[in-house]
Amino acid sequence: MGVDAGVDAGVDAGVDGGGPEVLIELHGVEKVFAVRRRAGLLRREKHQVRAVDGISFEVARGEVVGYIGPNGAGKSTTVKMLTGILTPSAGRLRVAGIDPARERMRLAHRIGVVFGQRTTLWWDLPLKDSYGLMRRLYRIPRARFAENLERCVDRLDLGPLLDVPVRQLSLGQRMRGDIAAALLHDPEVLYLDEPTIGLDVVSKAKVREFLRQLNAERGTTVLLTTHDLQDIEQLCGRVMVIDHGRLVYDGTPAGLHAAGAAGESERMLVLHLERELPAVCVEGARVVKVEGPRQWLAFPAGASAAPLVAQVAARYPLSDLSVREPDIEDVIARMYAGRG
Amino acid sequence: MAEEVLVPAARRDAEPIRRAFGAGAAGWWGRAGAGLRGYRLIVGMWIRSTMAYRASFVLAVCGNAAITFLDFVAISIMFTHVDALGGFTLPETALLYGSASASLGLADLLLGSSERIGSRIRDGSLDTMLVRPVPVLAQVAADRFALRRVGRVVQGLAVLAWAVSRLEVEWTAAKVLLLPVMVVAGAAIFAAVLVAGAAFQFVAGDAAEVQNSFTYGGNTMLQYPPTVFAKELLRGVTFVVPLAFVNWLPALYVLGRPDPLGLPDWAAFASPAVALALFVPASLAWRAGLRSYRSTGS
Amino acid sequence: MHLRTGRRAGLYLAVAVGGFRRYAAYGVATAAGVFTNTAFGFIVACTYMALWAERPGLGGYDQGQALAFVWVSQSMLAACALLGGGFQEEVQERIRTGDIAVDLYRPADLQLWWLAADLGRAAFQLLGRGLVPLVAGALVFPLALPADPVRWLLFLGSVLLGLVVSFALRWLLALSAFWLLDGSGVNLVAVVASVFFSGMLLPLTVFPGGFGELVRVLPWAAILQVPLDVLLGRHAGAAEVWRALGFQAVWALLLLGAGRLVQSAATRKVVVQGG
Repeated sequence: MGVDAGVDAGVDAGVDGGGPEVLIELHGVEKVFAVRRRAGLLRREKHQVRAVDGISFEVARGEVVGYIGPNGAGKSTTVKMLTGILTPSAGRLRVAGIDPARERMRLAHRIGVVFGQRTTLWWDLPLKDSYGLMRRLYRIPRARFAENLERCVDRLDLGPLLDVPVRQLSLGQRMRGDIAAALLHDPEVLYLDEPTIGLDVVSKAKVREFLRQLNAERGTTVLLTTHDLQDIEQLCGRVMVIDHGRLVYDGTPAGLHAAGAAGESERMLVLHLERELPAVCVEGARVVKVEGPRQWLAFPAGASAAPLVAQVAARYPLSDLSVREPDIEDVIARMYAGRG
Repeated sequence: MAEEVLVPAARRDAEPIRRAFGAGAAGWWGRAGAGLRGYRLIVGMWIRSTMAYRASFVLAVCGNAAITFLDFVAISIMFTHVDALGGFTLPETALLYGSASASLGLADLLLGSSERIGSRIRDGSLDTMLVRPVPVLAQVAADRFALRRVGRVVQGLAVLAWAVSRLEVEWTAAKVLLLPVMVVAGAAIFAAVLVAGAAFQFVAGDAAEVQNSFTYGGNTMLQYPPTVFAKELLRGVTFVVPLAFVNWLPALYVLGRPDPLGLPDWAAFASPAVALALFVPASLAWRAGLRSYRSTGS
Repeated sequence: MHLRTGRRAGLYLAVAVGGFRRYAAYGVATAAGVFTNTAFGFIVACTYMALWAERPGLGGYDQGQALAFVWVSQSMLAACALLGGGFQEEVQERIRTGDIAVDLYRPADLQLWWLAADLGRAAFQLLGRGLVPLVAGALVFPLALPADPVRWLLFLGSVLLGLVVSFALRWLLALSAFWLLDGSGVNLVAVVASVFFSGMLLPLTVFPGGFGELVRVLPWAAILQVPLDVLLGRHAGAAEVWRALGFQAVWALLLLGAGRLVQSAATRKVVVQGG
């Protein structure tokens, strides 16, 4: 697979530099939040939430790592600690030898960050103006800036968009624009938070291809959080799963499937019934969840949904339905099932 | 080539500088410089953004000048019914009005948007500022920089000029010098209040409006002669939140009137020192606020 | 037919309740607003005391009435949204992002929907932000407030009409975003106008000569000045009170009508541009 080739190239480049250098390291990192909850009219209860509960790992220069887990598992808290936004409660954390919490600004020159649903581009100005600002904020030498910009523009098809005000860009175009903005100062690490969320298939493919090339040619280390299984499969040589603030898996994407492979992968048929009913009973699928009038039916990914839908529609009062492709959550859920 | 790729130039270039200065020495001056530079760059972007909606900008500048102008019209209307308010004539009141307005206008122009930090915290976009190589305070101050606010400054200075032309005061060098010092130091005092207000939003984002009591409320108060107000109120704005140093004390000296609280004459010249002194608690509050944000994420 | 009207009324009532609840959820913000209104109340009350000490009976008020004017107007300030902060920014944002197209095709009437929501908001702010400053003011200053419950009822009716006028003005403001895109400029001009012409800065009865005559018949007078005059009993006899309420009602209807005209022009524009 092309993915592997990309990752290998990155690692090889690292070896040339004298052994795989550790770029990111965490030792027993914790993050505890004090949350105040309303208990009664005026009384407030204080209790602690361990968002990250003792995480340790190392990432070598040139790796592409997927960091995944259910919502609220501690993913974004970890990324915020790695980028210097949040201060860890305990443990040791270094990125490129820098303690992010203490030297936030120095670290900023060494990392690039893309927040999936939050653009850092200037809404009312042409795209290229945002890049001009980056050049000055990060004091990027002109020649290097021109070279980096040209490469990003070329690879991300930004040419026709440079003079367009950002507010007129589509979501996919804006995401590509944001990724370019994060790379102009040659960061050694690129953090991406849900880089393909909400994008159409073509845009997703473009973004992935670009990240692959970036890693292969520039040796940039990439850490991304995602809900999209394909991001992981097509990009990452390594994946880490976090749940309840703990690292529960660290290995190859293939191994992730094996860990969860109690059976072949399944798709999900989500039924919206007209009223609450006991779990429906149809051939070729099993009910995995009932929530009010909604029910989730799991069926083999290889099977067709059409006969299932026909069966359900004939026998139950159906108001709406949708089919969900397998995603990270399902894989993780099955991973737990497999372990248990 | 591989070396070139793996060790970006920015990092190589910066390394010796860092070694030479060390973490501490680069410290305050480095941050202040980086802050000013970042502030200037971001402000430039906002000004250009504003120009994308030119009609709205023109309306906003006029509106800004008008809002303060009508303020003064209201005071003028008061003076169509009376010759003096609290013993002060219209030109004397205009001196107070113009200087307070210009000071608040300047502070508001330069870092008035910092009050938006509450919504930045709520929608999480403060995080994007924390990954930039610019001090957060500079970014917050420059956020949504609104050039239209220059309207208030111009209007305040115009009223101030009119007042000076009408006042029957024996101008000495000290009095002449005191006028610009009053406006600038007053702006600095208001600026410190704005920084403290922004810091306050880290702990109580919903309570942002309290800040208005001290900025706009303080400004309204300072536009009128101090003799109009109850002694308790005067003590509060002299000793607790020292807004009296924005313009009252210097202006009283210019007008040759005694301070209702009996402060000595030299207090009129203390405004710059008060402004500097205020920045200490304000910046400590800011740092504490940012630290609490970075440890709680909210 | 009756049933449908009933259902409609129920819908808008629910929207109004929603508006009330939405603002009621922000306890700290309300407390902060109360603090600010009270602080301003003290400052303005001091200046009015000096002014009325110099010129007793100015504008037809004695000092107690002038002080009541200050504190009641501070209590009404948030509800009347004279300084913005109502729905208009939200509608402008929806116009700017194009979400308004969805609203236009909703089965409910757009203007009535937002009117209901805004009245719900105003009802909360009248209670949540109005009572405490008024009580604080009454404790410290000698306010000349009426004891007659009928007067208070008439005042509440007048406040309601004033709120509708305030809404209708801001509705026009919100719709301007269809043509201007960025509403911050007009919003600011609108704040200037409403602060000055409503009587918040200085009672309109104090404004001199022909200018005074003019400002007293502008729509902004219907928002704050008229309700306050109804409360302070400046109108001699029932006929004059009804005339004052009629003045408010005429402005309310005229402005709501203008809002509908502009709205249909805006709708055509959206249809032509395709959103």
